[in-house]
Amino acid sequence: MMGFRAVLLRDLRLAIRQSADLALVLGFFVIAASLFPFGVGPSPDTLARIAPGVIWVLALLSVMLSLDRLFQQDLADGSLEQMALSPTPLSLVVLAKCLAHWLTTGLPLIAIAPVIGILLNLPAEGYAVLLAGLALGTPSLSLIGAVGAALSLGARRAGLLIALLVLPLYIPILIFGVTAVDAVLTSVQPTAHFLYLAAILMAAIPLAPLAAAAAVRHGVEG
Amino acid sequence: MHRFANPGQFMRVADKVLPWIVALCLPLIAAGLYFGLYASPPDFQQGETVRIMYIHVPTAFLAQGAYVVMALGSASFLIWKHPLGDLIARSAAPIGCVFCIICLVTGSLWGRPTWGTYWVWDARLTSMLILLFLYFGYLALANAFDDPARGDKPAAILALVGVVNIPLIKFSVYFFNTLHQKSTLAGDLFGAVFGEPEAAVQAENLPADLAAAAAQQGGDLPPEMLLPLMLMLAGFTLAFLALLILRLRGEFASVRLRSLRAGFRAEPRGA
Amino acid sequence: MAILSAHRLTCLRGARLVFEDLSFTLDAGGALLLTGPNGSGKSSLLRLLAGLLEPFDGHLEIDGAPVASDRDGQRARIAYIGHADPVKSTLTVRETLSFWADLAGLRDRRRLDAALGALDLSVLADARGAILSSGQRRRLSLARLLVSDANIWLLDEPTVGLDTVSVRAVEAMVADHRRNGGSVVLSTHIEFTLPGGQSLDLGDYAPGAVGRVPA
Repeated sequence: MMGFRAVLLRDLRLAIRQSADLALVLGFFVIAASLFPFGVGPSPDTLARIAPGVIWVLALLSVMLSLDRLFQQDLADGSLEQMALSPTPLSLVVLAKCLAHWLTTGLPLIAIAPVIGILLNLPAEGYAVLLAGLALGTPSLSLIGAVGAALSLGARRAGLLIALLVLPLYIPILIFGVTAVDAVLTSVQPTAHFLYLAAILMAAIPLAPLAAAAAVRHGVEG
Repeated sequence: MHRFANPGQFMRVADKVLPWIVALCLPLIAAGLYFGLYASPPDFQQGETVRIMYIHVPTAFLAQGAYVVMALGSASFLIWKHPLGDLIARSAAPIGCVFCIICLVTGSLWGRPTWGTYWVWDARLTSMLILLFLYFGYLALANAFDDPARGDKPAAILALVGVVNIPLIKFSVYFFNTLHQKSTLAGDLFGAVFGEPEAAVQAENLPADLAAAAAQQGGDLPPEMLLPLMLMLAGFTLAFLALLILRLRGEFASVRLRSLRAGFRAEPRGA
Repeated sequence: MAILSAHRLTCLRGARLVFEDLSFTLDAGGALLLTGPNGSGKSSLLRLLAGLLEPFDGHLEIDGAPVASDRDGQRARIAYIGHADPVKSTLTVRETLSFWADLAGLRDRRRLDAALGALDLSVLADARGAILSSGQRRRLSLARLLVSDANIWLLDEPTVGLDTVSVRAVEAMVADHRRNGGSVVLSTHIEFTLPGGQSLDLGDYAPGAVGRVPA
């Protein structure tokens, strides 16, 4: 647990001191969202219809863009191999890194999502369910993303590769997250959607770090 | 290179089996085509277009089967470090990918007369499309390293991650679909995802309208349509095996080539 | 009592056979100096001993137990210093060292200050990694050895970028470690005093004459 806490605090400290990275991700999220009214027209009805989907897809892409931060720099300066050699189990190290990644990417995205909701005319009753869905779904995005990021360590064009590996795996989370909002907007209880999102998270917490740790161990062989 | 001895033995057996597979496969496909294209009736609703099924269903079955083969090979590679497992996975991937593309193209050609459009986000087509993306990811990762041997473990891990995710992806896509097209499949959600393999061939891969039509007729295809379908299924499966052996040969040769080069390049003062 | 022993190791990197049939034994307090020309596999051997690489053939034993039987436990016994210095430009010297101490499971925080002192980093304790010179980064990297309880040190060119005074400090560190029963395997290109140490020329284990291409 000492090692878990150490990795978590270190990654948080690094993210806060390099907060320009976070600003880039949030900037992408907001700017990309504001392109949609130009693309589909400013009609409030159309925007309201697509708002949940747009916010979720962009949250997905924003998380994905920040994934190379998880391992890439630590691989380059030799930190990652030292973590792989430490007596702290590597899957615990990965889990700590995922938690730090979520706290510094997922959480800020959730915080800024309502602003995009306003820009896209999301109906008032949609906000709570959107944010709750993001809160349940984005940790899974970090965890599954960590597997993709770890697998592409040392590969050519790793950034693009991560997208190809991770986006198909994000589809279930996208579906449950968006349909939860749609359900509430058509006066249906989103209980099932939330249970599915929670189930994915519960499965990802133990499994994703295992797969990512195996990939990291291979990645530091380099 | 003692570690490659075992695949070598396997390849010798495979090479002996290959002619027999080809000899069986060709008449099966020929018979399947004969019964499928001439000696079976057109569908009472869909007419002649139903004959696309005799290609579409076997490719759908094999596109999914090839992924299972990949996952099994990858698992044996990761667990027992057996190099043959990696070679099998690498060889199966492009074949499965091509079957997946054929399945999507025939499905979309079938969709034009049936649905009046080339593509709908039908649950079956959508899951095949995502399966294709998973194949793309695997192939990209397996070939993304300067030293091809370095891609073996990441690709194997990805194949396992994919096979764990496929049921979830399918479930979510059916969930998505029942919400948006309440008509066709609502009751069939769990059956389609977790159904038995035999039933799955029909339940999962026929476009919705045909499945509904088949269900109206009592849930099964008439024997004169079932015969060519089964012939084609068997023929295509053997064709898959033949292609797998051929590709394995190539992969095996390139590994041997690399290990030979390793011996020749082992010059101490190099680099 | 052999702390670390290698049996007929063969190392394959990508498409290159680096060395083969390499065996050695290292006792408590022992030291092994790796020599050999560039590309003969000194770094590969150290990475292999650290567990970053799998041997293509042969096996390793730590305390007589084959490696991989208790990987996480055995990792606590080994400290490895590679070519890269894992120093973040936005973290201070103390933060960096404290992180590695936590990861190694060190509870006694006083050893942190002692380690900074031993490598003459005390005045830089609150400086960020960005302003460190390459020699200072190297010393910070080496300070990690003093905040872990590992008794096998694997040092890959530990003195690169260090001035003479610092090299002497590292020599003293290594001697101290060996006096306390620790063992060291290190590679270096400069003069490094290693009293009573064995030496291993990797050139002797280059793949046999078969297939050797003339330069």
